[in-house]
Amino acid sequence: MAFQWSVLYFLVLLQVSFTPIFAGSSGEEEFSEELLLRPLPDRKVLAHFHFESRAPPTEIYGHHHRLFPKAIYQLVQKFQIREMELSFTQGRWNYERWGGFNPITSANAKPPGVELWAILDVPPDQVDASWKNLTHTLSGLFCASINFLESSTAYSSPDWAFQPSSRSLRYGALPREAVCTENLTPWLKLLPCRDKAGLAAILDRPSIYRGFYHSQRLRLTSTEVGSEKGMESGIVLEQTLTIVLEPDAQRPNTNHLGGRVLQPSWSLRSIFGREISGRCVLAKYSTVFIEVERNLVSELKKLGRRRGVAEIASDSWTDPFFDLSVTPDKTIKEMNVTHGDSSSILYEFSTEKYLDYEPFDVGLTWKLPVVWSSPQAPFRASRFLIGSGNQRGSIAISLKSTEPGEGFMSDLAREGCTVRVDVFQVVPWYVKVYFHTLQVFVDGRHRRVTDALEKIHVSPSEDKVSPGLMEMVLRFPCSMKSATLTIEFDKGFLHIDEYPPDANQGFDIPSAVVRFPDFQASTYYLKDNSRKSALLSKFQEKNLLLSYTEILLVPLATPDFSMPYNVITITCTVFALYFGSLLNVLRRRVGEEERFLKEASMRKGMLPQLLSKLSAKLRGKYKDSPQSSSSSSSLLNPKLMFKVALVAGIAVGWHYYFE
Amino acid sequence: MEKTRWFWVWVITSLFFRLVLIYFPENLNLGFRPEVATPLTSLRRLAEGYWLKQSSMSPYAGSMYHGSPMLLSILGPLTVKRIEGQPSHLMCSLLFVVADLVTAMLIRATGQTLQLAYSQSLRSLNLVSLLESSETLSAGDIAALVYLWNPLTIITCVGSSTSPIENLLIVLSLYGACLRIAPLAAFGWVLAMHLSLYPVILIIPVILLLGYGPDAPPRKLFLQKNSSENGNSPSCHGNYPCNEVTSQEKLPLHPFLWRPVMHFMLWASFWLFYVFVLCSISLKQHGGLLEMLKRTHGFILTMEDLSPNIGVLWYFFAEVFDFFRDFFLIVFHINILFMILPLAIRLKHRPCFLAFVYIAISSMLKSYPSVSFHSCSS
Repeated sequence: MAFQWSVLYFLVLLQVSFTPIFAGSSGEEEFSEELLLRPLPDRKVLAHFHFESRAPPTEIYGHHHRLFPKAIYQLVQKFQIREMELSFTQGRWNYERWGGFNPITSANAKPPGVELWAILDVPPDQVDASWKNLTHTLSGLFCASINFLESSTAYSSPDWAFQPSSRSLRYGALPREAVCTENLTPWLKLLPCRDKAGLAAILDRPSIYRGFYHSQRLRLTSTEVGSEKGMESGIVLEQTLTIVLEPDAQRPNTNHLGGRVLQPSWSLRSIFGREISGRCVLAKYSTVFIEVERNLVSELKKLGRRRGVAEIASDSWTDPFFDLSVTPDKTIKEMNVTHGDSSSILYEFSTEKYLDYEPFDVGLTWKLPVVWSSPQAPFRASRFLIGSGNQRGSIAISLKSTEPGEGFMSDLAREGCTVRVDVFQVVPWYVKVYFHTLQVFVDGRHRRVTDALEKIHVSPSEDKVSPGLMEMVLRFPCSMKSATLTIEFDKGFLHIDEYPPDANQGFDIPSAVVRFPDFQASTYYLKDNSRKSALLSKFQEKNLLLSYTEILLVPLATPDFSMPYNVITITCTVFALYFGSLLNVLRRRVGEEERFLKEASMRKGMLPQLLSKLSAKLRGKYKDSPQSSSSSSSLLNPKLMFKVALVAGIAVGWHYYFE
Repeated sequence: MEKTRWFWVWVITSLFFRLVLIYFPENLNLGFRPEVATPLTSLRRLAEGYWLKQSSMSPYAGSMYHGSPMLLSILGPLTVKRIEGQPSHLMCSLLFVVADLVTAMLIRATGQTLQLAYSQSLRSLNLVSLLESSETLSAGDIAALVYLWNPLTIITCVGSSTSPIENLLIVLSLYGACLRIAPLAAFGWVLAMHLSLYPVILIIPVILLLGYGPDAPPRKLFLQKNSSENGNSPSCHGNYPCNEVTSQEKLPLHPFLWRPVMHFMLWASFWLFYVFVLCSISLKQHGGLLEMLKRTHGFILTMEDLSPNIGVLWYFFAEVFDFFRDFFLIVFHINILFMILPLAIRLKHRPCFLAFVYIAISSMLKSYPSVSFHSCSS
């Protein structure tokens, strides 16, 4: 009886202990794929792929995964990564035209080349070693030269301006890294269906790399390690690919309608050359969204009112301005809190019901011409170089107000209101920044630095050891139109071995990051039913508004690469000349030599005597001082007197030379 | 009287000329020229070091400032203090003008001392006629004017580099030695060494000056004079020890005095200690003395900065292979040290000239040369 009870008790215990694993969906591995398409104001289309893999914490799930990539899991385990972001970008995000004030921009607009940052949960003295190993691992994983970030001159540890985080953050960027298909393929291999099925199947390489901008990003968030061990979601791997493509104008004749240019119509087939043939069966959900921007919606509303057409209806999928080729499954409206009367609209399509023979090809056809502009960040940041020559220059960061006295600034534009701007900038050591030359110009007028600067942290660059790092918090009045920060620098000189192969191209200064902490780029959508979307929940997260500035190209003076031997030889010759002549001057006694010569010439003829005299004169020319004045002394010993006169002459000569 | 008035007129004109040049700094841009401002003496770098120190970081953080912390606390406040509407480096430039003036005055005084000693030794050689022939203008005045009107000195003074101060200290040390004021000589020598390491070799001329006095003609001359007076055998051919009997009588005309040398040594160690204490106080939070020595003297010796200057070393070390680097560093620095002893033996009776030769050699061969040190050659 007692045995039965104990077995029962054990079973109950077992059940209790196993319940959390099977209880919620969070205990399972998850993979989801989503694609967001958005027409851009300058006749282009933004395609944003979002793949998310989740692995539950190791403590309750174990080490084996069905979906989650093993390589990433091992990476997290080995280097104790708490957060990491790696992006490969080609092209520059056009903040003016493609928008600077939405979640996609602030999270996915990245500087050209490679950018990597990681928060490693290891003791502070091991962070650098871990970082170095991590760069090598990633370099192997993604076929890129991320290992160049290993050197301490290439990465830095920002304190607060990049991420409000701990001391264990490391940040590095390689502006010149060329991004191509060999980086995309390993990235796609991390997906459970690779690019064989699902949304990733439409990633046709030529059409991606023909685009104006593409940025592939990998972001890891892990609660595996550290204090929150086993608390939450385990490891989340977020892979995004953001592409800006220009659809081919299909009907160029009908593009002009009433004098205004019709936006190009497009479909998945026309921009990617492929269609979606069903979903990746391993994915929990596979969704395509078409987003109609906030400003576009308001523009359409205005147009509609003017033409007397019915307003764009949030629940219908057709309207007088454009046609969607496929009926959306759902229409989601933005929950608008701050941004005026209009809110963006999402059309949701589920790709589950489409099959190989019946592929999914959504398209958008414009019926009426419409012009709009994307929402902008409060300031547009750009950076440029001032000065010429190979010796010095200045870096200028300019902030221009995008909406003078309007929009979201209007409610803040009261007296005394200020906007906070954070600037984070890393400069390589050969750009030697003089921090005391920082100058601030507001609306074209010079201001005291202390007026605008609220907080600054610099770690000056050490030659050949560490890059210079500058973190600033600036506060400007809301009514400001433009501001410029300038800082002077000297260009350093490198050793011949430190120049890259194409030294005359110049050296890149990585992008500066300008953040606007007063603004949030989050977007909330009214979701009626239960199924959550990783992409939309990403949009709702606390997204700080930030923008990257341009990369600067600094030309440095280059030495003559071809002839180190010549330089060595000529320098050594100069030294030998100096040494030899000094030794000669020290050793020789001209007076005595002349006397010996004279004695020798007594025995020879007249001509050799003259010659030798001449040569002696030439050799000892500088000693022949004009003063030979001691002639009045006793003439007892002419030779002795000559010597005395000579020495005195030398003394006087020295005297004059010396004074 | 006429001569002194002319002298002062020229001095004031040179100072005025400097002031005029200081008012047009933007056009000249001398402070940015590598010929004028080296990484060691650049006033911009000093300002950066001062800024770093003000923001409670080590002034040696980063590879900007390589000077002395004392210079930082003296000149630093002047770099930020600005008078409305005037160029920012005005205060420092004025200080440099004053430093130049003081240097010129010291040179003048040294020259006068030298001339006095020189005429004394000539008199003792019965060569008074030589004296009269060179009676045009006092040598000290000429030297001071040459220093003040030397274009290189003017450029250095106007071009915001700290080398006028270093020149001042070197000249101060020589002046002190000439007048046999041991504390002053030691002070100048220690500070000059602290600022730019190379004046350390000036210890030999300074000791000779203190020991022998400013002008000690070689004994040979006296011996010869004695021998000629005695009408001794012409067959000697200047082989001076040929008549030892007469030479014994008047030989120790300029004996080597150990007392001032010992004083100098004591004072030098005292000043050195004092300087180190001051530096360690000012760098207490930022790594202390070791860090300072590494960043100043270590920087001079290891040639870390490869930016161009008028020397040959920077290009050499920009191109030389890394595994030869240490070897050549040693070779080039030994080149300076190598000539010290032979020159000292050869020129020991003219310590001032010896000092000049040392300064000239080290200013040619040092790791970060600039025109300023050539301006020392007066």
